[in-house]
Amino acid sequence: MDHLITVNLKVNGTDVTKSVEPRTHLVDFLRNELSLTGSHAGCEHGVCGACTVLVDGEIVRGCLTLACQLEGAHVQTVEGLTESGAIADLQTAFHQRNSLQCGYCTPGMLVCASALMDEHPQASREEIREYLSGNYCRCTGYEAIVDAIESTMKNRAAGKALAGEDA
Amino acid sequence: MKAPPFAYRRAENLTAACALLDAHGGNARILAGGQSLIPTLNLRLSQPELLIDISQIADLRGIRVGANEVVIGALTRHVDIERSADLARLCPTLVEAARHIAHPAIRNRGTIGGSIALADPAAEWPAAALAFNMTFTAASSKGERTLSATGFFKGLYETALEPGEVLKSIHVPLPAAGGKAAFGELTRRSGDYAIAGAFVNANLSGGRLSGVRIAFFGVATQPVLAVGAMQALEGTGGDAAALSAARARLEADLDPIADLYNSRATKLHLSGVLLGRLVAKLFA
Repeated sequence: MDHLITVNLKVNGTDVTKSVEPRTHLVDFLRNELSLTGSHAGCEHGVCGACTVLVDGEIVRGCLTLACQLEGAHVQTVEGLTESGAIADLQTAFHQRNSLQCGYCTPGMLVCASALMDEHPQASREEIREYLSGNYCRCTGYEAIVDAIESTMKNRAAGKALAGEDA
Repeated sequence: MKAPPFAYRRAENLTAACALLDAHGGNARILAGGQSLIPTLNLRLSQPELLIDISQIADLRGIRVGANEVVIGALTRHVDIERSADLARLCPTLVEAARHIAHPAIRNRGTIGGSIALADPAAEWPAAALAFNMTFTAASSKGERTLSATGFFKGLYETALEPGEVLKSIHVPLPAAGGKAAFGELTRRSGDYAIAGAFVNANLSGGRLSGVRIAFFGVATQPVLAVGAMQALEGTGGDAAALSAARARLEADLDPIADLYNSRATKLHLSGVLLGRLVAKLFA
């Protein structure tokens, strides 16, 4: 009854065609088939957020999405966001503010925060906490994570304001 | 955990989905957003032989405003409801409730049709359907039929959908001129399932409530219309005496079940607290 499904999708800008078992979760597909081990499998039932990745620009749970469902989709992982430099400032802020200890939740946090900064670039601390409520961190107590996101948002807004003045 | 093995078929349209359901009977499950189904697979609470993926059927998605109702396609995601300008104008309570469903990453994939067809007793949409007198269109290879939300939720994860039927659309009656509604839920942490949650929907005219409908979720094995409390508030001005009478009816209405953290008495008390807050919101 279990047959392989061929799926064509884009991962971090690269076309990928693979045959997958239907039960393969997106996070396991990324880690085991494509060796993109930045996305972490934590709880595997949608609670912890460590597997958060972007599908067509929106955050999803990698453990609640089947790889075979992603025909034609564009998946972006923490590796893709890192290589493009899209979150370099956020990563620097995480580093500077000690926003990670064991680092297990960090890729999910970065992807989630990146989506928040795109959707609500002027989010308040309360809104940041609400948006991140589906991403668990068992080390930091969140304060430093919220600090890093808030400061990155402020820096980006200030940068944009400067760019606007230059224009 | 990893899901057990199953086969997978992508249905290109509703006819194909119904044909697959007919062919595979009770061994097949419909996969929409998967945000409730896939966790149950991962935890091996269910082991279907086949998943029929309807998520690519475009005409099952979208929000359309008709003369007397808003029609929400079954595949409309929670985030689509959260961002709908039409619903914000016509049924803002639904938009408010959408923001309380789990977390953004879940709302980007989970669908209203999936939530209603699964009938999780702790989910928001089944209770909203009861409070707002919604109707559903279900499709099968035999044709379509309309079902009322009242009577649709039969028990724990049990609905009036027949084998072979797929939920196609959700129909929300447009509120009357004096229509007022309120939503609230009590949770330990943002995005958690509610300890108790409710929708209140009524007409308010000359300071009096009529057509009161109150639906609770997270308290029993299914979403519950609080019929006794509805009667107690009908025709009143939502004053302290009416509210007290309504609260007194909740025990019989809800018959709450304790969960890991909250006793039956706590759930009942919190349901009464919530009812008071929501009635106050109607008059705000």
